[in-house]
Amino acid sequence: MIAMNFRGPYRIRVDRNKPEPEILHPQDAIVRVTRSCICGSDLHLYHGLVPDTRIGSTFGHEFTGIVEEVGSEVTKLKVGDHVLVPFNIACGACPLCKQEMYGNCAESNSMATAVAGIFGYSHTAGGFDGGQAEYVRVPYADISPIKIPDGMDIEDAVLLTDVTPTGYQAAEMGGIQKGDTVVVYGAGPIGLMAARCAWLFGAGRVIVIDHLEYRLEFARKFSFAEAYNFKEMDDPVVFVKRTTDWWGADVVIDAVGCDASGSAFQTVLGKKLLLQAGSATALHWAVNSVKRGGILSIIGVYGPPWNLFSIGSAMNKGITIRTNQASVKRLLPRLIDHIMTGRLSPKDIITHRMPLEEVSEGYHMFSAKRDNIIKAVLIPPKANVA
Amino acid sequence: MANTLNPVTDTNTAANSITDVPHTHNNKLAADDTMLADQYKHIPGWGMDADDHDPAYPMRHYNGADHQRINYEKPPQQPVTVEILHSIERPTVSRVTSDRLPPKGLSGAIRRAAFKYSEANAMHWMGLILADRVNMVEGVIDDLRRGHIPNIIEERGWKAEWKYNRKGVIKEALIGAAIITAAIAFSSSKNKKKKALKAMRAMKAKVTS
Ligand SMILES: NC(=O)c1ccc[n+]([C@@H]2O[C@H](COP(=O)([O-])OP(=O)(O)OC[C@H]3O[C@@H](n4cnc5c(N)ncnc54)[C@H](O)[C@@H]3O)[C@@H](O)[C@H]2O)c1
Ligand SMILES: [Zn+2]
Ligand SMILES: [Zn+2]
Repeated sequence: MIAMNFRGPYRIRVDRNKPEPEILHPQDAIVRVTRSCICGSDLHLYHGLVPDTRIGSTFGHEFTGIVEEVGSEVTKLKVGDHVLVPFNIACGACPLCKQEMYGNCAESNSMATAVAGIFGYSHTAGGFDGGQAEYVRVPYADISPIKIPDGMDIEDAVLLTDVTPTGYQAAEMGGIQKGDTVVVYGAGPIGLMAARCAWLFGAGRVIVIDHLEYRLEFARKFSFAEAYNFKEMDDPVVFVKRTTDWWGADVVIDAVGCDASGSAFQTVLGKKLLLQAGSATALHWAVNSVKRGGILSIIGVYGPPWNLFSIGSAMNKGITIRTNQASVKRLLPRLIDHIMTGRLSPKDIITHRMPLEEVSEGYHMFSAKRDNIIKAVLIPPKANVA
Repeated sequence: MANTLNPVTDTNTAANSITDVPHTHNNKLAADDTMLADQYKHIPGWGMDADDHDPAYPMRHYNGADHQRINYEKPPQQPVTVEILHSIERPTVSRVTSDRLPPKGLSGAIRRAAFKYSEANAMHWMGLILADRVNMVEGVIDDLRRGHIPNIIEERGWKAEWKYNRKGVIKEALIGAAIITAAIAFSSSKNKKKKALKAMRAMKAKVTS
């Protein structure tokens, strides 16, 4: 089958004859991919920031597909079902799954206790092959995957596997109270969605901060947010203080993660010397931008083992930090409702649709932010959906 | 008190004059919900999910299941057919595992060593990063052995760079050429430093002009 193949930092190629996956566990399914996305999280892998990303891996944790084969214990999914597959691999039985913490399942990742299995996200997240391919093995097929609801656009469906629930959860973890001022660092797909969802929780003011003008422009329209360029600020923290009556934002969301720019010191230490897990510039700004007693929601991804940000200020200011992988399955019913009623339209953020065979270009464009890219969807040659 | 809670449209125009952003008096105690809702009529679903989400996820979903952590009914164990390194912070492998890319060669040996340390230990993660870099070299050797020369231009997606950032590519190529020329001048000259610097300067002038 055709599949993307990681060869090292910034190097990806297309395999044309990777063996197709097989059922290895009675609760597995094999899915023929119809759409898959490239995510900001994939960039951390692409840049070589996630430990145990083995050469030959196939990435891709956001995909939809048609069930081709099911294991003997799969009862809910049927061959031929068109499904969306949440990025968390979750058993549904462990105490964490029982508490709807599907992103923390205890039975899907041998390699690290810090995270559950994720499709195509390094051996640190279990070493499972991902969806930037024609076929994928989907473990615990009865738990997370669901049939795409009748009438739902396939592009909205594929954005339900990560971006929409992740953005929603970022806002949810902020514990937003009606009228709150919410600052979102990062205007990528996740930040845009988080800013949009902040209103659902009753935010009074939503401010997005990034340095890419085209994304800021997008945030003003898609997320109904104020949007500002940190390159034009002396200090983003002072900017936030000033615009909140010298108080700080009630809620700050870090939707940037470890590929943050904005501080040469952080970049050299984290992205060149690898002495910390990427650069923590946005996280550091976020801690300092939130009000005393406020809430910081971290949805951006940081690799192990550590990062440089001011935990001391977090203590002195008495802020609450909430953070997790998105628990996708948990949020699907609510978000399907928001999409089907038109309150949310995730597919609006898709700017690029390209054949799976052009995956190397897709990664480069998304990494270098060329052609005003926001979200790219890959279409495999055998995607033919009715 | 004046409620200035509607900067959404007002401040968009101020986006470029960063010093001139209006201050909001975000007095949510004074603002009554219906008034707020009225203010955000243009945002579909404003405030719909506001109720009952504090404490937020994941605390809100706590149900005591944790206390059954020894006795829960586990899924069947997938047969382990390849070497799976598991974190020493858990007793054994998870019920499902991936059989993809088991540890191999020198990188594999480094990974095995790294997995002797816990996830709290830098030896674990730094070891894995080192293994990743070694693995990359192994990948190139493996390719060459199969008679495949990695096509770096294709792998790095530079076709897209040529399409969307042609100017940048040309500029970088010129700078690259300048550095190579300077390096040649440097190594082939007895009066090394002077000549190299001269060549560099000349090229820089060319590129920037
Ligand atoms: N927790 C989860 O479950 C989860 C799921 C998906 C993605 N993520 C993470 O969310 C983050 C964003 O993902 P994305 O797909 O939107 O990626 P993206 O790369 O498209 O967006 C990141 C944005 O941050 C901007 N940025 C860089 N430095 C900044 C700074 N210092 N301040 C403000 N903005 C800055 C970039 O210009 C870019 O627009 C990533 O770290 C990703 O791994 C987390
Ligand atoms: Zn993703
Ligand atoms: Zn579980």
